[in-house]
Amino acid sequence: MTDTSPIAPGLRKEVLLDIKDLKIDGYTGEEWVPIIKGVDLKLHRGEVMGLIGESGAGKSTIGAAAMGYARDGTRIVEGSSIEFDGIELTTSTEADKRALRGSRIAYVAQSAAASFNPAHKLIDQHTEAPVHYRIQKRMEAQEDAIQLYERLRLPNPGEIGFRYPHQVSGGQLQRAMTAMAMSCRPDLIIFDEPTTALDVTTQIEVLAAIRDIVDQFNTAAIYITHDLAVVAQMADTIKVLLKGEEVEQQSTEKMLAAPKEDYTKSLWAVRSFERDQKARPENATPLISVQNVDAAYTGGVKVLDDVSFDIYEGMTVAVVGESGSGKSTTARCITGLLPPTSGQVLFKGEPLPPKYTDRTKDQLRQAQMIYQMADTALNPKVRISEIIGRPAKFYSGLSGTALKSRVDELLDLIELEPSKYYDRFPPELSGGQKQRIGIARALAAEPSFIICDEVTSALDQLVAEGILKLLDRLQKELNLAYMFITHDLATVRAIADEVVVMQHGKVVEQGPKLEMFTPPHHPYTDLLLSSVPEMDPNWLTTLLEERGVDNVGEAADV
Amino acid sequence: MGLFVILYFAFLIIASCLAAYFEKRGPFILLFSLTLVSFVLGIVGGAGALRFVAISAAVLAFAAGISYAFKEFLIIIAPKNTAKELKTAPLTAAFGMFVIFTYAIAGIFAPWIAPHGESEVISSAFAPADANMLLGADQLGRDMFSRIIYGARNTVGLALLATIAAFVMGALAGLLAAVKGGWFDQFMGRFADVIMSIPSLIFALLMLSIFGPQIGVIIVAVAIIYAPRVFRLTRAVAGNVVVMDYIEAAKLRGEGDWYLIRKEILPNSTAPLVAEFGLEFCFVFLLVAGLSFLGLGIQPPTADWGSMVRENATLISFGDITPLIPAAAIALLTVAVNFVVDWMLWRSSGLKEM
Amino acid sequence: MGDILPLVAKRLGFGLLTLLVISVIIFFMVELLPGDIAQAVLGQGATEENLAALRERMGLNDPAIVRYFDWLSGAVVGNFGESIVTGERVSSIITERFVNTLFLAAYAAVIAVPFAILLGIIVALLRNTLFDRVANVLTLTSISSPEFFLGYILILYLAVKTSMFPAIASLSGDLSFGELLHRTFLPALTLVLVVTAHMMRMTRAAIINLLASPYIEMARLKGTPPWKVIVKHALPNAWAPIINVVALNLAYLITGVVLVEVVFVYPGIGQSLVDAVSKRDFPVVQACCLIFAATFILLNLAADVGAILTNPRLRHPK
Repeated sequence: MTDTSPIAPGLRKEVLLDIKDLKIDGYTGEEWVPIIKGVDLKLHRGEVMGLIGESGAGKSTIGAAAMGYARDGTRIVEGSSIEFDGIELTTSTEADKRALRGSRIAYVAQSAAASFNPAHKLIDQHTEAPVHYRIQKRMEAQEDAIQLYERLRLPNPGEIGFRYPHQVSGGQLQRAMTAMAMSCRPDLIIFDEPTTALDVTTQIEVLAAIRDIVDQFNTAAIYITHDLAVVAQMADTIKVLLKGEEVEQQSTEKMLAAPKEDYTKSLWAVRSFERDQKARPENATPLISVQNVDAAYTGGVKVLDDVSFDIYEGMTVAVVGESGSGKSTTARCITGLLPPTSGQVLFKGEPLPPKYTDRTKDQLRQAQMIYQMADTALNPKVRISEIIGRPAKFYSGLSGTALKSRVDELLDLIELEPSKYYDRFPPELSGGQKQRIGIARALAAEPSFIICDEVTSALDQLVAEGILKLLDRLQKELNLAYMFITHDLATVRAIADEVVVMQHGKVVEQGPKLEMFTPPHHPYTDLLLSSVPEMDPNWLTTLLEERGVDNVGEAADV
Repeated sequence: MGLFVILYFAFLIIASCLAAYFEKRGPFILLFSLTLVSFVLGIVGGAGALRFVAISAAVLAFAAGISYAFKEFLIIIAPKNTAKELKTAPLTAAFGMFVIFTYAIAGIFAPWIAPHGESEVISSAFAPADANMLLGADQLGRDMFSRIIYGARNTVGLALLATIAAFVMGALAGLLAAVKGGWFDQFMGRFADVIMSIPSLIFALLMLSIFGPQIGVIIVAVAIIYAPRVFRLTRAVAGNVVVMDYIEAAKLRGEGDWYLIRKEILPNSTAPLVAEFGLEFCFVFLLVAGLSFLGLGIQPPTADWGSMVRENATLISFGDITPLIPAAAIALLTVAVNFVVDWMLWRSSGLKEM
Repeated sequence: MGDILPLVAKRLGFGLLTLLVISVIIFFMVELLPGDIAQAVLGQGATEENLAALRERMGLNDPAIVRYFDWLSGAVVGNFGESIVTGERVSSIITERFVNTLFLAAYAAVIAVPFAILLGIIVALLRNTLFDRVANVLTLTSISSPEFFLGYILILYLAVKTSMFPAIASLSGDLSFGELLHRTFLPALTLVLVVTAHMMRMTRAAIINLLASPYIEMARLKGTPPWKVIVKHALPNAWAPIINVVALNLAYLITGVVLVEVVFVYPGIGQSLVDAVSKRDFPVVQACCLIFAATFILLNLAADVGAILTNPRLRHPK
């Protein structure tokens, strides 16, 4: 693992997979609509190609098509050509295609937990293909599996295969699935978002394992993901897709250094926005003060343990941590959705009633939320005017023309043309516009404090940046305090004044942003900070060198 | 080999060949296997059996034709959005809508359509059909056709009332349980489980034995029996909506339960609830029909399909199909509603496989 | 197996509790009668003496709660008291008929269950073909038809017009088994038609649901041949839904049996229930209801326990 471009240019000659003018239709219940609109793809032996794009770009569909497989509800249009090692898959019989699958082309799915059959042991599923193709006898195949498990650095390689899928953790399952894909030493593996469902610290070990093994066996791979930083680590070439069409294809270095198309540039756009850190106002009472909060869901498992931090007027506090660290639960305690089992939340020095149902209208008004998924945050059956107008009517008692002008004012504030959006429904808007409506709804209540729960993580880089700028402008104009829940450190750098790091329901470390980003860190903060993939193609290699291969992920957990 | 048999096979064979020539695989397989089956059927059952097949096919073709015409008619008169939905309806659903429409007309305008009164004795018992009595007379000499028409009003009306009662109770409870959660939700869930663990017909019989077979009792009994089923479904549908962030946002705003139900949850759960209403209607209708067949439904002399089957059942042993007519009326409406529901469920399931 | 026992025990406990609650409902519903049972039986014109005598005979002078526990403890050992109308012991009226009903239901189930599951699986595998569509229309038609409609059609064509089977299923003591099957064929066939349609639809839905799981797609993408996908990957996970479907439909069978028994004048417990209801013979009604409800609950219980036992996640705990 010293060379970052594992295939020497001389080996790139032989074409393994040649897709020409691939068109795929999807069935909507009434008619067939094109979802892939003529994509070409050429993959050489030993080459790793990254397919990236937003959801709906058709990358997964292309991945399946590379195996000659059309998912239920899709069909490959006549005239497309998929040639694998000289075999034309679109015209081959089902039996011929089947003979390739598993043996020469293998597949690694996004959710290993759902893609392993719950009724069989891992190793029995692993050996199924080699035994079926008579490549190995059952016992040989098992030994081979154990060796692969060892290479993929699974704990207890001799024993882990004899467990059932639900007895093994997600990151381990994903590696076991990669091992399974390797069982017949295929020429090509399709990785369909293999690390999307994993936490950043777990993601690293899976990435490292996948890259290692693909490298060792010189297997060609198509790596499908929406995460640019991840694909930068894994791929030799990158193909960018947008709505079923290719945008551009380049070698990874070129693509990162000098993207040609505007769309690609917007994806790559390095966060230019960064705000100066504000200091706490002196001798002021914190706007929100979380004091020694413990919380548990019904069932008794404690999810928050002695959490304390303060948020001052006009300041942004970023709360970071992996899923399960309790950052969203803290937000639920503040809003009163989950009353703490002990401890309290103060607002301007006054304790808030623990349950939201016991709070006054004014207390409710002061703290608003903006959600991660704008799709589920806005009722699809309610007009924009009503979504934004309701809080204004509810809290301030506005009606008639006063209400209408207030809604217009709010739409202006979030930079959307009032006359154009007033009567529309959320499903007619784009992701970024929906998120803006969510912000307007929060502003309509005239709050002093807003909880932003991963507000930019579902958006494209450029749109996300727009939202961050908007939030910053609003903060200055309206003197708002933000609690920013996120796992994205770039966002933290851009907008935060203070940072709170959480792990397993506890606050691990907290302080002003600049202090937090300068070493020495708490070991967990360090792990978290260093585990977030960066756009630099050498990042993973450098990281592994720093940490040592056996010291990533769960092994490094503190 | 009569002329009919020759024509019969000639038609089938020509049609199969045409289907094969134009590469219509489905119709070809259907037509050709029908041809092969007909050979066997013709040998075993003679021309009579083939005639039966031909008549069935003609009836099917007739039904298909009228369904298609009715669908096109609806598409023309419906507003734009509804018309777009209607275009996706399969023929079965169109047939269902046509039948429901016909029943509604018969029920609403019964007194004008029926040639005789519902309990008017106009001839001798079991008199055969003639120009005056399209379907003959029943066991007391009343006009069967008129009673069938009135039955559409009485039987369907009763079932509809009972379904609405069950639906209002169940849906309200389900929505409230979804919004409130906590112990109310738990309690209602358990309560529904208990009621549902008594077989519906048995529970209805128990209540009718105690309170007597009156219309009010039937409606209440059916409502009690079916409300838990509606509750369960509504709870499940609303449960999917309640977890949405927009509900949380509304709750945190301080909105009351009623606002949440009316403005946030109901608009997002109408489609499955409408389908469920149709489904429940089928169950209720069959239950009510079963009860009146057992003599525990609407009491005579009011015309009611279930009891008409029972009253005329003796005719069956003489090979007369009269008692089957009201039974078929029940079956036809239930099938029709089921066809429409099947389409709506398919549409709302989002499971749009090819 | 550590996790399974408590789960099964919990489910059994809940089933027992449900049964208890239902016995309460069945018993106390009769107490809701305007007046009391004696009044209801003898009617408005009854003299005070007659009423008092009947109350004495039925033990109505005790408080309801005492009578409930008497009734329940009797019911547990099969003693449901005496019929108000004939004065016979309820158990002697019911026992033989209950056996007959069980026989009819079992007869129908033996034919319907394997047939329906097999057809359901075939239809699921052939989904969205013409065959599937035709099957969909046919099964919908069948579940939409009242039992008595199907029953009378069968009588008309198989008994009256062709006399292949008897229209009335009268049973006498010394019938050979073959003769018994022949005589009860039409009621059994009616039940089979209704239940098969239901069961087929449910099996189809369950299998399609299963085939949509990612691990089935994974198996296909591993190059596993179709038959092996079904046998090795789908079937081991299909037991729970299939057991569920079977139990639900057997439970449905017990309700269907009441109407079918009336159509074919079959001497089963359903007939007794209907007779008792029209005669307002409350002890018999209560006994029949309790038996039907208990069977229903037992079947559901069996389904849930079956589903727990076949769940691989529970069989191999972490």
